[in-house]
Amino acid sequence: MYIIVGGGGDVGYYLTKSLLNQGHEVLLLEKGSARFQALSDELGQSVVRGDACEARTMEEVGASRADIVIAVTGEDDDNLVICQMAKKRFNVGRTIARLNNPKNELIFQKLGIDVTVSPTKSILSLIEAEIPGSTFVTLMTLKRAGLEIMEIRIPANSPIVGKTLNTINLPRSGNIALIIRDKEYIVPTADTKILANDEVYALVSREGEEALRTALGTTS
Amino acid sequence: MKIVILGCGRVGAALATMMDRAGHQVSVIDYSNEAFRRLDPKFNGDTIIGNGVDEEVMIRAGIKDADAFAAVTNGDNRNIMASQIAKEIFKVKKVVCRIYDPIRESTYNELGLETICPTVIGAQMLFEALENNK
Repeated sequence: MYIIVGGGGDVGYYLTKSLLNQGHEVLLLEKGSARFQALSDELGQSVVRGDACEARTMEEVGASRADIVIAVTGEDDDNLVICQMAKKRFNVGRTIARLNNPKNELIFQKLGIDVTVSPTKSILSLIEAEIPGSTFVTLMTLKRAGLEIMEIRIPANSPIVGKTLNTINLPRSGNIALIIRDKEYIVPTADTKILANDEVYALVSREGEEALRTALGTTS
Repeated sequence: MKIVILGCGRVGAALATMMDRAGHQVSVIDYSNEAFRRLDPKFNGDTIIGNGVDEEVMIRAGIKDADAFAAVTNGDNRNIMASQIAKEIFKVKKVVCRIYDPIRESTYNELGLETICPTVIGAQMLFEALENNK
């Protein structure tokens, strides 16, 4: 695949290296001259000096035959324009943008960007998962389905401790997929009992999250 | 009418002053407090400090009930993103976006944004001035 990466910061650099290792044809665009020099010393011809927002630059690097354009600069407005220009002027099939401000996720989706990746949000949820006492953590968002994969640690004082799953009033959109107890994993059935300190993995729609919290007796 | 202007540079400040004098309700956003010194001392509108591509800042400036929005910061991309937010998210009826880069300007114009490219207009005027001199 031919992939164009816009923005040669740390994210752009490591991304380019790993995509090259996977055997893709990758072209990294960096507009700053000092940074470009440093990058091209290591990555050679895979780096071109230029601004991925500029149509002329994109034309020179053959954007119209690119399969994917990925915008990973530190500015959301630049990433938005890189992706929109790629789509509109060069008919690139798939555009991926890094979001620096997680609040921009909805805006980017509305404005036609295919995929958004929010490192800030990912880092937050990874850290959340490591903070002792947090009982309800979003591990992953499945955007197209509008679902979230949640990890829930059942507190000892939860009203459902000792109850079997078929007696718990779970929301329709909240599916318990896996339970981890000590070092064992359990694929739950209707008569699986919930015990204190179980780690429960659930698939839940965004709207069902609150109901699931209530059903499992956990508060954030 | 109520208008929100993003960017209080030379153009933003002059536009804000003109709109204010014409009796409109004006809010100007800029990330630097210094920028507001460019406004006419008699300017009656609101000044809002903040990054204009941030929804919350735009809400503070009254974008929700604005009739018009103009993006005139120095950054083409900032203007483009803010204008699209005004148009698509806040459904502002009249949105005008300044874009210096002629190619970007024509692309977003085709995408349905009302755009003004001072580069093309300025070059055309200079061209005419020089041609008429012959």
